[in-house]
Amino acid sequence: MNRRDAISRVGLILGGTVIGAEFFISGCKSGSKVNTDDLFSKETTAYLNEVGETILPETKTPGAKAANVGGFMAIMVRDCYTAADQKIFNKGLSQLNEATDKKFKKSFMEADAKQRTEILTDLDKEAKEYSKTKKPEDPNHYFTMIKQLTLLGFFTSEEGATKALRYVAVPGKYDGNYPYKKGDRAWALS
Amino acid sequence: MSTNTYDAIVIGSGISGGWAAKELTEKGLKTIMLERGKNIEHIKDYVNANKGPWEFEHRGGRTQQMIDDYPVLKRDYPLNETNLDFWTNEKESPYTEIKRFDWFRGYQVGGRSLMWGRQSYRWHDTDFEANAKDGIGTDWPIRYKDLHDWYGYAERFAGISGNKDGVPILPDGDFMPPMEMNIVEKDVQKRYKEFYKDTRHFVIGRTANITVPHNNRTNCQYRNKCWLGCPFGAYFSTQSATLPAAVATGNLTLRPWSIVTKILYDKNTKKAKGVEVLDAETNKTYEFFAKIVFVNASALNSAWVLMNSATDVWEGGLGSSSGQLGHNVMDHHLGVGAGGRVEGFEDKYTFGRRANGIYIPRYRNLNGEKRDYIRGFGYQGGGSRSGWSRDIAELNIGGDFKDALTEPGSWGFGMGGFGETLPYHENKITLDKTNKDKWGLPILAFDVECKDNERKMRIDMMNDAKEMLENAGVKDVKSYTTDPVLGRGIHEMGTARMGRDPKSSVLNGNNQVWDAKNVFVTDGAAMASSACQNPSLTYMALTARAVDFAVKELKKGNI
Repeated sequence: MNRRDAISRVGLILGGTVIGAEFFISGCKSGSKVNTDDLFSKETTAYLNEVGETILPETKTPGAKAANVGGFMAIMVRDCYTAADQKIFNKGLSQLNEATDKKFKKSFMEADAKQRTEILTDLDKEAKEYSKTKKPEDPNHYFTMIKQLTLLGFFTSEEGATKALRYVAVPGKYDGNYPYKKGDRAWALS
Repeated sequence: MSTNTYDAIVIGSGISGGWAAKELTEKGLKTIMLERGKNIEHIKDYVNANKGPWEFEHRGGRTQQMIDDYPVLKRDYPLNETNLDFWTNEKESPYTEIKRFDWFRGYQVGGRSLMWGRQSYRWHDTDFEANAKDGIGTDWPIRYKDLHDWYGYAERFAGISGNKDGVPILPDGDFMPPMEMNIVEKDVQKRYKEFYKDTRHFVIGRTANITVPHNNRTNCQYRNKCWLGCPFGAYFSTQSATLPAAVATGNLTLRPWSIVTKILYDKNTKKAKGVEVLDAETNKTYEFFAKIVFVNASALNSAWVLMNSATDVWEGGLGSSSGQLGHNVMDHHLGVGAGGRVEGFEDKYTFGRRANGIYIPRYRNLNGEKRDYIRGFGYQGGGSRSGWSRDIAELNIGGDFKDALTEPGSWGFGMGGFGETLPYHENKITLDKTNKDKWGLPILAFDVECKDNERKMRIDMMNDAKEMLENAGVKDVKSYTTDPVLGRGIHEMGTARMGRDPKSSVLNGNNQVWDAKNVFVTDGAAMASSACQNPSLTYMALTARAVDFAVKELKKGNI
């Protein structure tokens, strides 16, 4: 993101939820650090990878797990989140298990793909509903965080950028009238 | 002592310093270019230039540590992981904000020429005449005709791509072939033209990215990674263009880590005899001597150097006899514009990442129009298809959601304004003598704000953007504005202005300090007004012109 991109983009993103992008433009306050070591345990990254995979599953292209989105989420929460958001995120991981348990009497990891999808679809609706009335100072919804990190982590990963999207390191030219047909993949950005 | 003596000294190595060094050395002067920060070697030190997005741990974003370390840079887009090394360490080099001022600096060889926006526009006589007509500030001592040839000279060397649009307010230059508008921009342009005829214009941006090979530089490869440093040398920077030219003469010495603390002023000759340098690494002090000193430390730091010089003669420093040194701080105010959706063109896309957009030159307060403010503004923007970060209302999660996001979304068009800021005497920087930087040097204190004229202009900037896009067929247009903060345009100007009278200006019409004829200031500090065009091309032209004058004067024995 340079200035020219920033100027055009501000105009383009009005009214829409900008997933991921807000990490790049919003400053935020720090607070006392939360212990995030647990995020890096094998169990937690595996759990996050499964959550990510449910949001962006393998289709004809690789899914979030192949891009290790779980590991990416752990790094981002540790380094880029405020202490308040870290707490929400950590607590959210338990809340997600509790919600799965309530509905299916099992943990998220024990649930099958269909059950996971059902749980996260409900959560996505809940988070979207929440965001409609959320004031800037209200706490973020943990599922919004998870979804944002999954999308950002996946589409900027090597797997996501080169296989789910198309990445051209050195285009060499510009064509402003390039043919497109439905199904062609989008370009990954620099 | 003799090893510290040169024909010319250049303070600063950014856009204007690099130009000064190139011109001086090409005219045969042994020149030392002093840069306060580290060296950045062309290509070799562009360490992130060839990385994919996945090679950045935080994918280019900002960590809490970075937010703590960069309390100013974090206020806008520049704080990021990919080129953090090019932005000034704020803990080492703080400044005082009596009023908020976003100062985004680059202390290294090349300065901000490494990260600049590259948009390059000539000024028009309307701009040079404005102060005199409005009775504001001081009259520019030059007019367009004085810079016309120098603009061409600067464009031909720097390599500016652009279209000869024939827009009266925005003189055409000696351009390389223009970059291309995409299909949607062309469509918006067509409707814009139908609506506004010849009263307003919509053109491809003029940018310092070369579109054909030039001076051993490779043409732009459309990677849009310019601000990481370009391994192809495809955009103008000190490193890609002026530095190699200066080095090739055999006349250049480049000294990084050299903080110029003052210009050494000789009371008897009323000229500078050299500069004092604090080595930023060793804290040792050195003196360098020369017949000519070019001050190109960027507008605010050039004023800082002058304020610290000749204080035994003038308490406020060299150039302060005018009462204008450090005053009239200007920038372009921005953060206001509009954007919306463009219908159709689903079978069209773009290939390549064009580091350029469209430009709408100023149209307000021209041809007899009188708004409730004076001067004007321009817009930069562009059209594109949205990507994976868009919202898909009907899909939540899962395979269909993912597959939908792997395809481009609909087209949109967005643009933002750049507004002229007036030179207010009370908008000033001063030395804060109580707070010091890492080297124990006094820091700058900022007392600068947007005023009524800018605020009124911003209402037009917001409403016009929406209205024009709607008139050009863009749908669901939404406008936005922000609280105007100066500095974030990163076009600081005005702190040692040119003028016709030593009583009201720091520099004369040749960028010569009235009070020391062998000292020249040719960066943003010299500007008597700001216009609304991106200013760097004008600094290049002013610098080349001033060097030409300085060397002629030197040969005549006048300095």
